[in-house]
Amino acid sequence: MAQRMALSTNYAIAYAVKNCDVDVIAAYPITPQTTVVERLSEFVANGELDAEYIPVESEHSALSAVIGASAAGARVFTATASQGLALMHEVLFMASGMRLPIVMSIANRTLSMPLNIHNDHQDMMSSRDCGWIQIYISSAQEAHDTVIQAYRLAERLDILLPVCVCYDGYVLSHTYEPVEVRDKQKVLEYTPRVERPHVLDPDKPITMGVMALPNYTYEFKYQVVDALKRVPKALEEVDAEFADKFGVKYGLYEEYMCSDADVIMIALGAIASTARLAIDNLRSKGFRIGLFRPRLYRPIPVELWKSVLRKAKMLAIVDRAIAFGGCGGPLFSDVATMFINDSERPLMINFIAGIGGRDVTVRDLEQMGLMAFKSLEEGLKEQCIYFGVRGVDYGL
Amino acid sequence: MKALFRRLLELSELKKWFELPIGCTNIEPGSSLNNITAGWRVFTPVIDEKKCTKCYLCWAFCPENAIKIADDGFPKTDYRYCKGCGICSNECPAKAITMIRQEV
Repeated sequence: MAQRMALSTNYAIAYAVKNCDVDVIAAYPITPQTTVVERLSEFVANGELDAEYIPVESEHSALSAVIGASAAGARVFTATASQGLALMHEVLFMASGMRLPIVMSIANRTLSMPLNIHNDHQDMMSSRDCGWIQIYISSAQEAHDTVIQAYRLAERLDILLPVCVCYDGYVLSHTYEPVEVRDKQKVLEYTPRVERPHVLDPDKPITMGVMALPNYTYEFKYQVVDALKRVPKALEEVDAEFADKFGVKYGLYEEYMCSDADVIMIALGAIASTARLAIDNLRSKGFRIGLFRPRLYRPIPVELWKSVLRKAKMLAIVDRAIAFGGCGGPLFSDVATMFINDSERPLMINFIAGIGGRDVTVRDLEQMGLMAFKSLEEGLKEQCIYFGVRGVDYGL
Repeated sequence: MKALFRRLLELSELKKWFELPIGCTNIEPGSSLNNITAGWRVFTPVIDEKKCTKCYLCWAFCPENAIKIADDGFPKTDYRYCKGCGICSNECPAKAITMIRQEV
């Protein structure tokens, strides 16, 4: 039976993992992710979930352990954040290179130094091009449902790639919301076990994760590029099947009042939820502004994004991460790149905000919207604005 | 010429990306036996059996175990695995092993 419960996003994820009936969980606690695997360890200990729980000594080992289990055909889960994700970095490429359908949740947190346990997207953005499918969510219910979708997507034989489900630490991870916990039987019908072409089996010995020399490495890497190209369509199908089963559809992105907008604000995750209120307030004052929230961020469905964004005169791109020494935030760079060869394209302004868990309020987002309109009328004075940092004045 | 032909054949046999099993997987167990590791040899040792005294120092020193003692008692180099390091030639007290530059 589906059950409506008050759950934090971390717990919503733990319930989703339980109902997907995973076989192996390996994790190391790190704030603000800890309560995901803490709850899962309780499920295993009290018999609600029949799985191996491996309490490893580091995140590097956590991902390595689930890689081994996944290679042997198990359905696996791990979770991490921040420094833990950074410690996993080299193993991330092994998971995608070995084409293992691992699902990992990441409660996004800033990277030291200074040491800070609060939210921004610096951890994920520093690991964004590693062959994993990356989905950013903006509510506990979406997190619960996305983890279920993630297993369906990752285990499709035309995909076979690891998926990470990203959500803002604390802002989402520790915030309680009413969550419809999906019925286990229906979840299992939705995510049936599949027979993968290659798994470790003593009766049919194979080698996984071979060494390759310069004459073959590029071809193996290109297989990952090719599989990622199929992801947007696959996720649309997975999402449609989810809607058939559970009556909820998320899409690859969310657009809000974009059709007639002069300015479209683009933001990932929790900021996008706050931005909806800012959009309403600015609309009531006569500003034609909309919101675009990407859900699937790796791979980027370029043409799909452009079909929404190219109608605007100005894009206000809110990055919750710093690309030190780069041309702007990571999301900004991606959006700018997709328009680079078009003769007609919107202007773009980048706001870096919410670093280290600094609140991004409705008022902040309204101000960003107004700055975008001012730049549209008077010309762009600054392309990348470090919004709200004390001691910097852009005169806008 | 023969070596050049073999090299060209090898190049044309490289598989395309969609012909490889996914996930860096080797699905032929024991296939390391097919993996000829002599690819980078530049100088090839040639044993002159007229000078060879069957002391087997070459056999003892070969770091690749690429020298086997044949039924006639002479050491023979297995060119599938010999990397051309020249240690056998250097150690041979009878100066029976000459290193010859391979034609490609």
